[in-house]
Amino acid sequence: MTIAPITLAPAQRAVELIGGDLTEKSLRLHLEGLSGVDAVGLEQRAADLGSRSIKTTSKARALDTIIRLIDLTTLEGADTPGKVRSLVAKALTPDPADLSTPRVAAVCVYGDMVPHAVQALGAAHGDPDAGLVSVAAVATAFPSGRALLPVKLADTRDAVAAGADEIDMVIDRGAFLSGRYGEVFDQIVAVKDACRRDDGTFAHLKVILETGELNTYDNVRRASWLAILAGGDFIKTSTGKVAPAATLPVTLLMLQVVRDWHVLTGERIGVKPAGGIRTSKDAIKYLVTVAETVGEEWLVPHLFRFGASSLLNDVLLQRQKMTTGHYSGPDYVTVD
Amino acid sequence: MATEPTSSFLEYAPAPESTAILSLKSDYGLFIDGEFVAGNGTPFATISPATERHIATIASANAHDVDTAVAAARAAYDTTWSRLSGADRGKYLFRIARLVQERARELAVAESLDNGKPIKESRDVDVPLVAAWFFYYAGWADKLDYAGLGADPRALGVAAQVIPWNFPLLMLAWKIAPALAAGNTVVLKPAETTPLTALLFAEILQQADLPPGVVNIITGAGETGEALVNHPDVNKVAFTGSTAVGRAIAKSTAGTGKRLTLELGGKAANIVFDDAPIDQAIEGIVNGIFFNQGHVCCAGSRLLVQENVHDEVVDRLKARLSTLRLGDPLDKNTDIGAINSREQLERVRALSDIGEAEGAERWSPACDIPTDGFWFAPTIFTNVSTSHRIAREEIFGPVLSVLTFRTPAEAIAKANNTPYGLSAGIWSDKGSKILAVADQLRAGVVWANTFNRFDPASPFGGYKESGYGREGGRHGLTAYLESSGWGADRGLRSAPARIESSPTKKSRRKQAAK
Repeated sequence: MTIAPITLAPAQRAVELIGGDLTEKSLRLHLEGLSGVDAVGLEQRAADLGSRSIKTTSKARALDTIIRLIDLTTLEGADTPGKVRSLVAKALTPDPADLSTPRVAAVCVYGDMVPHAVQALGAAHGDPDAGLVSVAAVATAFPSGRALLPVKLADTRDAVAAGADEIDMVIDRGAFLSGRYGEVFDQIVAVKDACRRDDGTFAHLKVILETGELNTYDNVRRASWLAILAGGDFIKTSTGKVAPAATLPVTLLMLQVVRDWHVLTGERIGVKPAGGIRTSKDAIKYLVTVAETVGEEWLVPHLFRFGASSLLNDVLLQRQKMTTGHYSGPDYVTVD
Repeated sequence: MATEPTSSFLEYAPAPESTAILSLKSDYGLFIDGEFVAGNGTPFATISPATERHIATIASANAHDVDTAVAAARAAYDTTWSRLSGADRGKYLFRIARLVQERARELAVAESLDNGKPIKESRDVDVPLVAAWFFYYAGWADKLDYAGLGADPRALGVAAQVIPWNFPLLMLAWKIAPALAAGNTVVLKPAETTPLTALLFAEILQQADLPPGVVNIITGAGETGEALVNHPDVNKVAFTGSTAVGRAIAKSTAGTGKRLTLELGGKAANIVFDDAPIDQAIEGIVNGIFFNQGHVCCAGSRLLVQENVHDEVVDRLKARLSTLRLGDPLDKNTDIGAINSREQLERVRALSDIGEAEGAERWSPACDIPTDGFWFAPTIFTNVSTSHRIAREEIFGPVLSVLTFRTPAEAIAKANNTPYGLSAGIWSDKGSKILAVADQLRAGVVWANTFNRFDPASPFGGYKESGYGREGGRHGLTAYLESSGWGADRGLRSAPARIESSPTKKSRRKQAAK
């Protein structure tokens, strides 16, 4: 008896790296051949990076950089067009008391809220690298990903058609944990394909690994490679709906994968920690980790994002402190 | 506050730890019998190796001062310390540990100032370990019956302790804490280039109200140390430092009845197998050799890397070294501080030049070297063979020699092929391989998937020319105790009759109570 090799959907990166005969088996061999991760050492390195002392001018610069890299997010069942408009207003003018404050990179909403976000942004809608604000939509049956592929693809196409610039998809963690890497790979490839616009360009694809459910660092490393091989533009830690969400060690690990990919291919992949980053102090640790792991050229909106909602206000408070020399309070930043 | 990024974010703004917390005196005397007294030798200056600036003038002890210090220690032993219960000795040690914690920031700043090590290391490693060592041995003070030396092990008497400049306060703690817990009194000599924290520690002893004479701290150069270890009224000598001096001490104490422990040099192998967790191994290699500028006797100065991953490891290592920050030891972002002295800098330079001359390939990342002070850029040598001097001799600086191996058997053979045997490291994701290799390494400490980790509960010490005796853990107590009584080898061997005829101290006490 011979087992017919399952040929996976074509994905340029994987074909180039692993070879033309891309099968479930070749993919498995590749992922399982990756170097292991020592949890103690990884966490120690993350803690070490977290102990950098970022003061005065460096801090001022870090705070503005954080704002430029935020995906201002609302992902609630209770979201309404009004809530999204309010979020967009905050994205465009984070601090009404200080108009020198930069804009955030994007607003991140559910697919059905995309038209409202696009409309509210108006002329400010566009590429964050050019100082405009993108619209990111979560798709593929976010956050669980438990739906059939056609549903996930329709979810994605609708969001793109409505004007989403970025799609935050979730991987099928169940399939991943049961070792069906090919299935996860195929789905990412298919979603990437669904990101294609009529003019042939693609919405940026962020692949959410949900590291809190993958549980081990070895799994996170494999899933990161898998997502990149399948065509992801960004790898993202979490949905924000599962604890633990983003952690510094997990983000460091994903940055190491991205760095290795760059060394191997010259291509730059983005990283997005999401969920649980609430304070400027924490966010600065992430900036340091990015700068010292992959280099500071990654600190731009198309290569690094924070998925966060409450972080922005803490950064604004710190920014006000640096400008005025004294601390204000929560009533001096807006509730959106 | 519009900040237009002009320079690199990675050029972190200076974040210096303030020295305002220090209130140093301009002159320090010798700490004898609980007081600071003038020394009879020629005073010397201690400087900051990062700037070559004068910190303070330090008294020097001559033979007469050594005599006074040993006499004070003897008197304290006879009249006070040997008469205290273990529980009471423990109270003093706990008090010292707490005071070290309370004054941690001050001690860290002083250490970085005087030694040149980065403040993040003195703050996060040295000083916390100092407190941990005192806490740990404080706990042992009333439990010596359970140290495995039989019931009622006895203190030795007066301990002469000579410590090096690489971890000035930590080495002090390694020496003093077990000695006091075991009931000995101490005369300690810190290194000539790093006396500052030992003198601050003397102030802590005053604060802790430790009975006068129990700990005496005398400063000076090599002759002071020589006079101390050769003093006839010393019962125990503990030395950490170079193998050459250790050998001289072993000779001069031979036949005197003095107990001796030596913690000397090393040339540790850090073995990286091809199945190692690669990113963490790179961190471990960096920590192994560049921690404390490589001024670590157990530094992983020989990197043994499996040939099939050699190029990848070296490339990654070079990329990582390029992110290290060399500079002001008091800046909280500094990774690599200053070399401790001009003398040491010359030695590191000389051996590195020899490495180049012998044909090894030298590489350092681009890094600005400050004009004043003693500095050496982190350096790695590739194409090193086992016969090169940089693969044999202890450099005691930020210099790594990279060698290769093909099989575990070759790794073990090369790792053991050194006159030293203090420490070793193994990097592999495979637990069974780690255990099999660790079993065959002749090194006192073997780290698996980590390096340069210390804990007071873990014994530390060497094989061969790395010295003898163990510091830390229960084993560390045996260096300061004479076993006696029931169940102890020595007691049974020396006087079997005594067991029948003479009751132990404890049973005497019991009888007295009746």
